[in-house]
Amino acid sequence: MTKIPEELNYTKSHEWVSVHDGTAIVGITDHAQSELTDIVYVELPEVGRTYASGEQCAVVESVKTASDIYAPLGGEVLAVNEDLGTTPGLVNEDPYKSGWFFKIKLSGEPDLSDLLNALSYSSEIGEG
Amino acid sequence: MPKIKRTPLFPLHEALNARCVDFGGWEMPIQYDGVIAEHQAVRNAAGVFDISHMGEIMVVGAHAEDFLELTLTNRASDLTVGDAQYSLLCNSQGGVVDDLYVYRIAQEVFLLIVNASRVDNDFCLLQKLVVDLEKDPAVNVVNESDDLAAIAVQGPNVSLFIDNVFTLKGLINVDKPTDLTKNQIDVFIYEDTNVYVANTGYTGEAGFELVAPNKVITQLWDRIFDLGKNYGVKPAGLGARDTLRLEMGYPLYGNELNENVTPLEAGLGYFIDLEKPFQGRQKLVSQQNNGLKRKNLGFVMTSKSPPPRKGYSVYIDGDQVGAVSSGTQSPSLGKGMGMAFIDMPYALVGKEVEIQIRDRYYPAVLSKKPMYKKDD
Repeated sequence: MTKIPEELNYTKSHEWVSVHDGTAIVGITDHAQSELTDIVYVELPEVGRTYASGEQCAVVESVKTASDIYAPLGGEVLAVNEDLGTTPGLVNEDPYKSGWFFKIKLSGEPDLSDLLNALSYSSEIGEG
Repeated sequence: MPKIKRTPLFPLHEALNARCVDFGGWEMPIQYDGVIAEHQAVRNAAGVFDISHMGEIMVVGAHAEDFLELTLTNRASDLTVGDAQYSLLCNSQGGVVDDLYVYRIAQEVFLLIVNASRVDNDFCLLQKLVVDLEKDPAVNVVNESDDLAAIAVQGPNVSLFIDNVFTLKGLINVDKPTDLTKNQIDVFIYEDTNVYVANTGYTGEAGFELVAPNKVITQLWDRIFDLGKNYGVKPAGLGARDTLRLEMGYPLYGNELNENVTPLEAGLGYFIDLEKPFQGRQKLVSQQNNGLKRKNLGFVMTSKSPPPRKGYSVYIDGDQVGAVSSGTQSPSLGKGMGMAFIDMPYALVGKEVEIQIRDRYYPAVLSKKPMYKKDD
């Protein structure tokens, strides 16, 4: 069983998102990092660029494969996790805290209706 | 689609929670704990691979040596009993049908270890050549792949415990496995069964490949783990096998080699004897005389980059000059590296190139193989 914190929202493409005061922090789930295994490179979005909800905005690479990361909500990138540049393995070690990917300023009122809660995500990945 | 096959060791992989993939028609473990941990185990201690998917073809008979001499690129006649060599089987156009290891088990008996995905092609072609070269019935080609399993035990600590697997002396030349020199093979008795033990491998580390009948392979695997438990032995999957071979610049069939690539283009000239006749020789002689159009070289990324991967384009001054045939983030070097087919006249060691990864270009330098050397 992988960790699925109650307080976060999730996507079917295995991103987690933490929405707070008009901003959202995004990363990939414990399940995703465990499926990807050894993460060796993370290509982060450009700070200042605006992405639509569902737009491809980052790439995470394990030894074997490259996987696209999608913006769970639309908005402008405020910050990225620079630590992943030197230590991409943080995503494996601590996917929900020090392994975060980027922070966005939401374009409008967040529409969480397309996102999954912890319970739905766990059944989505067959751990429910 | 034919049904996917499983090796006799498959239940052990499942018990070890391996992740499995389809490789050459076989459901094989790609990793157990993680590719990097398994890679490091092989470089620093010991790793054990299930390589039972690989094919075993016996070439037997009074004209066996003569037949292989006319069939393969390397000189089978150089082999004395108990010796082995890397060699290639080409089509009539000089393209690579397979790369393989040839072991001389007895004066008139050769064991060929071939790629899993190529067993059927190899076997058909060899049978056809027996007829074409009028060697029938003095040569018999037998596909023993279904009855034989194999494991590779690789890493610097392997020599500390491998001899204890067997109690009796080898039947050909040596007393114990660690007496085998590079590319030497012997036969050891295990549970009343003959086991081939060869000082060969695909990792660049010291180690052995063991070929045994299916019925004893599980016991043999368990015995190796039991003897190696104090020496850091770990099961290693195809993921680590790929990063290990790639650091050494060893070709992988389907990446560096296929029926449209000649061994010269693949950079394997060392394993070709153009002085003797063999299948596909004419094309290789013509390439030798007229020059190659492209050649496979190693490369190493010179700045931080995403891992290079098969199919990425290689550029010099904005012109595409080649394509990556295999690439990865090297666990030993801590940077991206791989192999690429580069057009002439750019295929020169030391040449600076750029590799396109998505919409960016990252610098790399063309390199000799191997890209990784122990104690670098």
